Amino acid sequence: MLHKVALEALLFCVFMLLPFSTALAGETASPSMLSDTCLGCHGPGGISDGPATPTISGMSEVYIIAAMLAYKYDNDEDKVEAIIEADPDLEDVEFFARTSTVMDRIAKGYSEAEIKVIAKHFASLPFVAAEQDVNKKQAKAGAEIHENHCEKCHENGGSSAEDDAGVLAGQWIPYLEYTMADFESGDRAMPKKMKKQMKDAHAAYGDNSVADLIQFYAGQK
Amino acid sequence: MSKLTRRNFLKAAGSTFALGSAGLGFPHIVGAAKKKVVVIGGGVGGTIAAKYIAKADSSIQVTLVEAKPYHHTCFMSNEVIGGDRDLSTIKFGYDKLASHGINVVQDKAVMVDPVAHKVKTADGTTLGYDRLIMSPGIALKWETIEGYDEAAAEAMPHAWIAGHQTALLRKQLEAMDDGGLVVLAPPGNPFRCPPGPYERAAQIAHYFKHHKPKSKILILDAKDKFSKQGLFTQGYKKVYGDMIEWVPGADTGGGVKAVDAKAMTVSTDFDDHKVSVANIIPAQKAAQIAHDADLTDDSGWCPVDLGTFESKKHKDIHIIGDAGIISGLPKSGYAASTEAKVCASAVVHHLHEKEPGVNSYANACYSIIAPDYGISVVAVYKLGEDRAKIKKVGGGLTPSDATPEALKREVHYAYSWFNNMTAEMFG
Ligand SMILES: Cc1cc2nc3c(=O)[nH]c(=O)nc-3n(C[C@H](O)[C@H](O)[C@H](O)COP(=O)(O)OP(=O)(O)OC[C@H]3O[C@@H](n4cnc5c(N)ncnc54)[C@H](O)[C@@H]3O)c2cc1C
Repeated sequence: MLHKVALEALLFCVFMLLPFSTALAGETASPSMLSDTCLGCHGPGGISDGPATPTISGMSEVYIIAAMLAYKYDNDEDKVEAIIEADPDLEDVEFFARTSTVMDRIAKGYSEAEIKVIAKHFASLPFVAAEQDVNKKQAKAGAEIHENHCEKCHENGGSSAEDDAGVLAGQWIPYLEYTMADFESGDRAMPKKMKKQMKDAHAAYGDNSVADLIQFYAGQK
Repeated sequence: MSKLTRRNFLKAAGSTFALGSAGLGFPHIVGAAKKKVVVIGGGVGGTIAAKYIAKADSSIQVTLVEAKPYHHTCFMSNEVIGGDRDLSTIKFGYDKLASHGINVVQDKAVMVDPVAHKVKTADGTTLGYDRLIMSPGIALKWETIEGYDEAAAEAMPHAWIAGHQTALLRKQLEAMDDGGLVVLAPPGNPFRCPPGPYERAAQIAHYFKHHKPKSKILILDAKDKFSKQGLFTQGYKKVYGDMIEWVPGADTGGGVKAVDAKAMTVSTDFDDHKVSVANIIPAQKAAQIAHDADLTDDSGWCPVDLGTFESKKHKDIHIIGDAGIISGLPKSGYAASTEAKVCASAVVHHLHEKEPGVNSYANACYSIIAPDYGISVVAVYKLGEDRAKIKKVGGGLTPSDATPEALKREVHYAYSWFNNMTAEMFG
């Protein structure tokens, strides 16, 4: 018990030092009030039962904010950049265009302040990997591709949620497939480094490299 | 972001405990007698309200009263009718709710005494409450269609409360000959699930297209327009040609007025139709218990404060879900789920003698036109300043020029919606 209390206190201190811990304005709903409305689609505790909606708990604040701003402003880079520029809290947020089915419509219902609250909330919750079957042979091939081309940014087998890296390890296969298809079609913008690595991976491992990577990430716990 | 890496820190901490919304909950009410919340109705609103109260403060004694041993969700019941899904996949039990500290009473609530703060169940049990939450759903206004009643609904199912009725409609569609006519009769507003009848027409057409391609579906509507109309019309045409015909209220004289379940005829003011299968969806009102407890007004629904869902007729009773007059929100499962969360927060605040905070509401409603063709309406809402309406602050429909790939993904997201919504309810 003491252990838990100490950790909680320590966590509290750590959170207070983080850039996004701006005090809540009087008129903003509480973090759980705002975030609980997401769970009908993203699952209890932000952990999705699948098959396609991603688990959003345990993602980084920067990642969630960047996604929500791109959705909210229909990938209008100038607008999003201006917002990032004006808000010191958003210093580490980078704009990347991304496509969606419903999220672009939903994001328009939340203010920047609310988006920050929601992002902080889900980032504070633990990620729990999906239980799903993967193709072991492909996953093994994918592990090697990951090690050589992805691990630098998607640390710890894609389970790290640093900065703009989304959590890949343990996400649902259809979600990973949609995401990768969007990157490949250009519907979703890749960071420069990623573009190069994807190209190199294709060259080195052939056409199945993306499918193999997906099986690898899907099987990570 | 800070390289102080909260991530690594959380990784170390995460295994020890979860910093969930539960962590934002309330300290137990100490010194006082245990506060009691009774919830009537184990559908969308009731299960989620019960779970969120138990999660926010485990010292509150939460009792859920549900009449049936199992719940069949209405969502995805149209896929059962279309044949792509088995009835068993929309059937859920209540056994996991006990692990959240909820006491589930499987019995029908038959009486509410708002003054004595008591609920009585069919077997004579009396349950006292500090706060009562009711999410009992709907009852059908049989009297609005001549010749239609519970017995007639065995021949001409409504399938608007899922379970037996869903299976019945499916069986009749399977039994009918190719080339037959199905009449679908949606009611006027307001009613449960505004896009539901139109998704159902598509699901029936999906079955016919592959098994009974000469058959027809005639929608004899009471209304002149309907939810997601442009998208449905576009989808019907694209996938099913002219298999589905929609007749607006202006041309039916306000919808189906009478049925003869023996002769299998359906009548409007202008025409009689001899049908193979009839799906009659009558107008609706709040479930019977809401009337018996004196919580309804002349409209047949329950007036409530839109910030707390407390009844405008009786103190300490909250009504959520389809039974309530929730101006601004549709009678949908997703809306009911966020009403439940808002209501749970209000109830817990009240029991702690605190003012509830600012509310947030949402809706997300998918319709599956074909296995690779999904459409949706989504919205985010806030309480209006005068509390007279819940105001939409963002959202919208699937764009009419959505790509085939996007429409296909919407079906996958609809299934995810179903899995996650039912996990919120019964998990
Ligand atoms: C065909 C169809 C498709 C739909 N599809 C969708 C969809 O895709 N998305 C969406 O968001 N919504 C959908 N809906 C709407 C959704 O099902 C309802 O809005 C939702 O169920 C409302 O929740 P509720 O809690 O008010 O009522 P319900 O979920 O109906 O729950 C009411 C519960 O109360 C119990 N009860 C009633 N009286 C008593 C009593 N006296 N004592 C004890 N228990 C009692 C009932 O047995 C029932 O279990 C659909 C509806 C239909 C008909």
